Amino acid sequence: MTVPQIKPVVLRDLLNADTALRIDLPDDTSPALPGLDRDDLIQLAGRTVLIATRSQASTAAALIALDGVASAFVICPPDMSSDLLRSIAETAGVEAIITDHSDFDIGMNIPVLVRGTNNGIPDAKGLQQQETRWIMPTSGTTGRPKLVAHRFSALIGAISSTSASTNPVWATFYDIRRYGGLQIFLRACAAGARLVLTNPTEQLGDFIGRCTAAGVTHLTGTPSHWRRLLMSPFASQIDPAYVRLSGEIADRAILDALRAKWPSAAIIHAYASTEAGVGFEVSDGQEGFPAAYLGGLPGIYLKIEADTLRIRSSRTALTYVGPDAPVLLDDDGFVDTDDVVERVGDRCYFRGRRSGVVNVGGNKVHPEEVERVINLHPSVSMSRVRSRRNPILGDLIVADVVLKPSASAASELDHTKLKDEILSACRRDLARHKVPVALEFSASLPLIGSGKMGRQHA
Amino acid sequence: MAVKTRILDIITRVAAEQERRISKLTDETVLTDSGLDSLCFAIIVARLEDELGVDPFSQAEEIPFPRTVGDLVALYDRGAE
Repeated sequence: MTVPQIKPVVLRDLLNADTALRIDLPDDTSPALPGLDRDDLIQLAGRTVLIATRSQASTAAALIALDGVASAFVICPPDMSSDLLRSIAETAGVEAIITDHSDFDIGMNIPVLVRGTNNGIPDAKGLQQQETRWIMPTSGTTGRPKLVAHRFSALIGAISSTSASTNPVWATFYDIRRYGGLQIFLRACAAGARLVLTNPTEQLGDFIGRCTAAGVTHLTGTPSHWRRLLMSPFASQIDPAYVRLSGEIADRAILDALRAKWPSAAIIHAYASTEAGVGFEVSDGQEGFPAAYLGGLPGIYLKIEADTLRIRSSRTALTYVGPDAPVLLDDDGFVDTDDVVERVGDRCYFRGRRSGVVNVGGNKVHPEEVERVINLHPSVSMSRVRSRRNPILGDLIVADVVLKPSASAASELDHTKLKDEILSACRRDLARHKVPVALEFSASLPLIGSGKMGRQHA
Repeated sequence: MAVKTRILDIITRVAAEQERRISKLTDETVLTDSGLDSLCFAIIVARLEDELGVDPFSQAEEIPFPRTVGDLVALYDRGAE
């Protein structure tokens, strides 16, 4: 008996046959370089490829060209250091690199293809089609990213059911090289419309102006992105039919403010993560999610165990990648999201991260990586980094520092100088959102029974 | 020191720390156009809470969305009363 071969679905198949996707970016970011051609595909067929481009459009072109051709590709978010890129490339066993950066060099002896967007989709006819693994780095406890592998079918698992609207025009504050943005990119591919993207240097008014010009109907971002838009005069220039929030806890204040601003828009907050995939959407305008979702949603099983949300569905990632990769799925196929969820009556509410990870405007910060930098200062004995609630970005980072006895006896003037030195080191070694906004010296820090430092947990 | 002076002082200090070039600040300056991003603004609100002892964003029944420097000053003026 022969088992019928199921042809894997690839990104090319998802693209709308009638209208091509058009990516709208700020002018300076789309390099006029030729895209991948058929010869490149022949060279890269069956290989593991690192995609590390400056422009989101170059990454988009590479994804369309290579899905179904390469064995795997690693989609690198922007602003990764050469060291980090090299470490990721080695962990993933990368055999070639695609970049749009002519000076790109991470010191590996593998082919580097400098490619942009300037031609159509290369012909892949005759090449053996395979199920490419989509690998995305996510932040890990040591500051080194974990590599999460997805199959394409899982990435698009949530799309058909949510793109019912006719002719949506998508825009997003996210970068398409991270999970949330990639979801919007794939939705726009299926819709065959314009996708309006931005970058960190673009002024908000310019982005909203481009959204208006493109006739954007569907706009997505984190609650922090939306707070920023509502604080600007530009919110009045746009009238989205569909407002989507994800990546952070959507609290009642932001949901109410969006409702007041756009009374007739669909306001959706979605739960998704790189590991768990698209979990679920909440469209009733209330914070949290209905307790009826626990065990009651089609195609996805949610449960709360040991205080955290666990998800099993066909949309979760496949595995972590690399020699010492941790286990992603438990024996029953659940991903532990590490998000603490509390059930109150018929509603479930997000209370923060179990591991103490702080979410600063959608960017994860592991307290340990900040403590490591602070503790390198010769006068520091120990430190504890924790979150401080903030109405603009959800949380900010603050630090409590215990000085060595010699330093703690010093004058107040010396303490001010020490504070400056420690914060300068943080600014030098850490991303901006990881630098403590306040630093206090204290005589001691509490230790819990196991001898570990007590942390305030959600 | 008047609330406004302290607010302008904190904005200038945070901009310097964050290596942001900001436009000249007047009451009409639109916050999101001033060269400050969300992180700068979040830090400014945290510092103002420390120095003035008020956080009008968390106290309000409805979350306020100040657009200009003048709106921001008015928010803290009310909160400090």
